[in-house]
Amino acid sequence: MKAKTSKTRTIKVDYLARVEGEGGLIVKIKDNKVTDVKFKIFEPPRFFEAFMRGRDYSEAPDITARICGICPVAYQMSSSHAMEDALGVTVDKQIRALRRLLYCGEWIESHALHVYMLHAPDFLGFQDAIQIAQKFPDVVKRALELKKIGNELMTIIGGREIHPINPKVGGFYRVPYEHELRGMIDKLKWALEASLETVKLTSTLTFPDFEQDYEYVSLRHPDEYPITEGRLVSNKGLDISIQEYEKHFQEEHVEHANALHSVHVGSGPYHVGPLARYNLNYDKLTPKAKKAAKDAGLGKTCFNPFKSIIVRSVELVFACEESIRLVEEYKKPEKPFIDIKPKAGTGYGCTEAPRGILYHRYKLADDGSILDAKIVPPTSQNQKTIEKDLFNYVSKNIELSEDKLTWQCEQAIRNYDPCISCATHFLKLHIERE
Amino acid sequence: MKKTKKPKLAVWKFSSCDGCQLSLLDCEDELLAVASAIDIANFPEASRAVSKGPYDISLVEGSITTPHDAERIHKIRRQSKTLITIGACANAGGIQALRNFKDVKEFTSIVYATPEYISTLSKSTPISDHVHVDFQLHGCPIDKYQLVEVLNAFLNGRKPNTPAYSVCIECKRRGIICRTVAFSQICLGPVTHAGCNALCPSYDRGCFGCFGPKETPNTTSFADYWSKLGMTDRDLVRKFRSINAYAKEFRLESEAHEG
Repeated sequence: MKAKTSKTRTIKVDYLARVEGEGGLIVKIKDNKVTDVKFKIFEPPRFFEAFMRGRDYSEAPDITARICGICPVAYQMSSSHAMEDALGVTVDKQIRALRRLLYCGEWIESHALHVYMLHAPDFLGFQDAIQIAQKFPDVVKRALELKKIGNELMTIIGGREIHPINPKVGGFYRVPYEHELRGMIDKLKWALEASLETVKLTSTLTFPDFEQDYEYVSLRHPDEYPITEGRLVSNKGLDISIQEYEKHFQEEHVEHANALHSVHVGSGPYHVGPLARYNLNYDKLTPKAKKAAKDAGLGKTCFNPFKSIIVRSVELVFACEESIRLVEEYKKPEKPFIDIKPKAGTGYGCTEAPRGILYHRYKLADDGSILDAKIVPPTSQNQKTIEKDLFNYVSKNIELSEDKLTWQCEQAIRNYDPCISCATHFLKLHIERE
Repeated sequence: MKKTKKPKLAVWKFSSCDGCQLSLLDCEDELLAVASAIDIANFPEASRAVSKGPYDISLVEGSITTPHDAERIHKIRRQSKTLITIGACANAGGIQALRNFKDVKEFTSIVYATPEYISTLSKSTPISDHVHVDFQLHGCPIDKYQLVEVLNAFLNGRKPNTPAYSVCIECKRRGIICRTVAFSQICLGPVTHAGCNALCPSYDRGCFGCFGPKETPNTTSFADYWSKLGMTDRDLVRKFRSINAYAKEFRLESEAHEG
């Protein structure tokens, strides 16, 4: 279909596929200029922050995991850290390492799913990974095997891959024996090779020329690539403790979304996720991950959101290398958890979910009941940036046919691996041209 | 041989976390075989391609929480030969059914700055409150091997092998030491539907009921036992009122202990 050169034009996708959740998008175009871009998040609200009130602090990891079936570990870790902060306890080194290993499993599972099954079909012109499998069966088999290894790691440590049952405030119910984890080493070594192949493959894809001036926000830790802790930093000078988060970031409620939009006070939209982590923590990547990035033609920074698929693959390499190290160094802790006495207090937790920082804050009463909860998922933090990307992308490619433009807008949204269940679900593409 | 048409499968989402439908993508070893035996006709989480109904099997995830969704489920029922609900949200209203015990207006104003933008029903309800359901697969999340078993059973016209006895049976079968008898730990195993293969007890933890009530659970006797050991009504309410809070047997028991 040829684009009209004047008056109204409407491009619409009612239900965006290959994202986690329900939503849509409306782009309005008048006289070949984009006048408005809106995400519609129609995933129904679920009121977690409200029904958490009155629950016991120890229930937070099980309850908040149910916000998202794709990144439940992120919710369990951010909530556990926040509770431990409120209760004034710190887990020991081995428990911390085991949490990091569990989290690596989630990164491997989630990144493999997104790179191959949700994002790659856009670059290759397929509707889904099953279509890819008909033409390139080995590629999809590799993807499934890689994803499975991430899931297996989560299953050993967490009990199951979706909504693990083993993590708790203060540690774990039961910790694995050394031999249970050591059995993963050969598999992880295979996964590392498969991840290196993934970087090679994604670096050969074709990328639109679309560099954007983002404010990247991620955790930063002095000794490691950030997953479970650190300070919050940006490439525009932000450097704060997570306790200061709410002084610097605010949520806005807009009419077209059942998710709240976050903004950086004073500077506006910001960008969280693999690209932000990579740009702010390149120096902390493992050696093979750094080399893979270099061989793929990535510099120390990257401002093209479409290339997030390469960066996600580099993070797969990192997560496999890091898992191997953690498994090799693992010693079964004497006690799986630390004892906790409930008391009043306020606590903060912020960890790097596969798709970006996930912030939790809780206020507790003397008996450990939750008085107040606040949860800011990564997708609601990226929402404004996604809208801005779409505005700029459509403006630049306004002459494209309806079908092409629609598909590329979807692809631009998938750059962020949005998790709409987390943000309360969005995505429906609807472009109106006037 | 005459070429037979592949049966059509559709996956639908209502209010949920997406975890149960992700279970299908987590069948890494079976996925390509499943995809060759059936036509995945509507599965937005995995594919842009959508083909029209009617569908042989519809898997429904999530609970009904908006006026729009209360209508949408009827359309889906009309297009589906067999409708199977998967997970605690679809079967019992899910964790979001905790709102059913409170004032939803107050909830909206706690979470959202501009509550008038939000369209929601006062209760989160199971799919079976709205349409006829052919089969319920339990769990939060469902077990992926049970999902493959259920699909296999329906495609071959037999009854799925998903026993409705309690988690206790699974514990005994695995030789796991009883959390309650040996460790005096509360465990919902005696009243909870099997399917997880006694996962929590195998990780030194009491069951927290994520598969929902077993068939004919004696929740009253269970609650009496724990009351006698000194558990407060407040804690009993919390135990029954979580992921399957609005499942009938758990709901009635939690209401019995509400002061």
